[in-house]
Amino acid sequence: MSRFKAHSVLPGFNLALGFTLTYLSLIVLIPLSALFFKTATLGWGGFWEVATGERVLASLRVTFVTSFVAAVANAFFGLVVAWVLVRYTFPGKRIVDALVDLPFALPTAVAGIVLATLYAPNGWLGQYFAAHDIKVAYTPLGIVVALTFIGLPFVVRTVQPVLADVEAEVEEAAASLGAGRWDVFRRVIFPAVYPALLTGFALAFARAIGEYGSVIFIAGNMPYISEIAPLLIVAKLEQYDYAGATAIAVLMLLISFALLLGINGLQWWSSRRGVR
Amino acid sequence: MSITIENLNKQFGSYKALDNINLEVNSGELLALLGPSGCGKTTLLRIIGGMELANSGRLLFHGEDVEQRDARERNVGFVFQHYALFRHMTVFENVAFGLRVKPKKERHNEAEIKRRVHELLNLVQLDWLHNRYPAQLSGGQRQRIALARALAVEPKILLLDEPFGALDAQVRKELRRWLRRLHDELHITSVFVTHDQEEALEVADRVVVMNKGRIEQIGTPDEVYAAPATPFVYQFIGNVNLFHSRDHAPWSEQHGDAVAYVRPHDIDISATPQDDTALPVEVKLVRAIGSVVRVEVATDGSSEFIEIELSRERFDAAPLAIGDKVFIRPRQFRVFETGGQHELSAA
Repeated sequence: MSRFKAHSVLPGFNLALGFTLTYLSLIVLIPLSALFFKTATLGWGGFWEVATGERVLASLRVTFVTSFVAAVANAFFGLVVAWVLVRYTFPGKRIVDALVDLPFALPTAVAGIVLATLYAPNGWLGQYFAAHDIKVAYTPLGIVVALTFIGLPFVVRTVQPVLADVEAEVEEAAASLGAGRWDVFRRVIFPAVYPALLTGFALAFARAIGEYGSVIFIAGNMPYISEIAPLLIVAKLEQYDYAGATAIAVLMLLISFALLLGINGLQWWSSRRGVR
Repeated sequence: MSITIENLNKQFGSYKALDNINLEVNSGELLALLGPSGCGKTTLLRIIGGMELANSGRLLFHGEDVEQRDARERNVGFVFQHYALFRHMTVFENVAFGLRVKPKKERHNEAEIKRRVHELLNLVQLDWLHNRYPAQLSGGQRQRIALARALAVEPKILLLDEPFGALDAQVRKELRRWLRRLHDELHITSVFVTHDQEEALEVADRVVVMNKGRIEQIGTPDEVYAAPATPFVYQFIGNVNLFHSRDHAPWSEQHGDAVAYVRPHDIDISATPQDDTALPVEVKLVRAIGSVVRVEVATDGSSEFIEIELSRERFDAAPLAIGDKVFIRPRQFRVFETGGQHELSAA
């Protein structure tokens, strides 16, 4: 170990690294590897059978597509919300600022029930959509709504401090050089917040993939259409098919890991272009 | 391009930031707005630049009303105290920014942009840094890049807000000489804000001294130093001794309640009374600072020190020591009525 340890004025390297590894093992690594061990009891053939099951594939598609759409929506609206909170002062700003965190505090099941009630064809909001033949609750669209709700704080909270760090002066400088509003956004503000936005997007995306509580109430849970992978896992557990459940979980983990790795790579690449 | 400001007012809530400002900036001149912080100088600069709107009054560029014009339509270069460079762009891209955001039909092709940017970078002597990012530059280099960026759009007016305020003393001195030379080369009408009197006097063609949202005096550096129009200018520019008529009767008794302002180098010291207005004092401190000797004296029973500056030659001809009893007499002074701005007399 000592070969890796460069001389440093910061004390406690051994202790801190040891703690970090132990902690991560207990909380993340051991539970996750247990998943893989359980799945291994199926053997390659059994795993393949579960993984290529039509219903499983459909649920994975629903999960990842809705999560992606919700994360994209959050990236867009979160940026707008962060912008408003950073750049303008208005009465009640603190309350709006606090509202952003509420999706974290609310039990997700409650959120799901409320959204389902509101967006049902006879609900307060759903009736207007129904008038235009758009069904929100009990469709993949409903899942997107729920996932957008729970993912909102991630983008706002990651972008907000970075945006606050972009001085108004920089925008004024751009304006005095003849840049219009769109140019200021595209060339000055967006490049500055882009890495943070990507982080927020990744967090919201990851959170949405694992979401269960709010979705099952609004999704309608129709196999092949609006059934999410986590629900399928729970269904398998209820049938005492533990290995089958962990197999889907492992599949989700692998896909998520690959996607997050990709996003991280993108971030690394973009931050290398702008040395801070 | 000349700038005309007529009866300009600016209010922030109940706070009057600018109070009836009238100012004419001549074409091609380098003008300094000088004053303590909070005197409204930056606000005035920002109004000229279009970053702030006046509550009333007129603003004309070369006789043309520009109040309704957006910052981006004024063709004004602006240099900020903290540089405000685009940190995710290289030095080259920073300078090229103004050229790249031009409307399509006015935009130059890539080769022309490249040529111009390198020309500007050569002008500020930093072409070798064109690939770096702002974070990799020193403060002085950043400000020169900020200036090159502002000049890229060929502004008719250049505005600088405390351009050297964030730099250390050595770099500051160097850069202000450099700015003066650059201005002599380019002759762009320039206005710069500073709270540093030395900077204003050294660099500017004319100085506008501001205080509490008003203009106290407009004049050449020599005029504002040698002939301050108000007590404020007297105190803000250079050192000054105040003699109140109550305490120092012989000098200003004829004026009733008044204060005489005397520069430290305008006081004569003598071992014997020069005439009947001479003030008997005791030497409290003698300090030789380079080419001048600073002597502090006090009258009997007074705790206020009077500061006197002597040239080294003069001091060597008649050396002083702490505790010496001597007489002082002003060679030149101005008297202002207490409280009022009225000048009563000048000797």
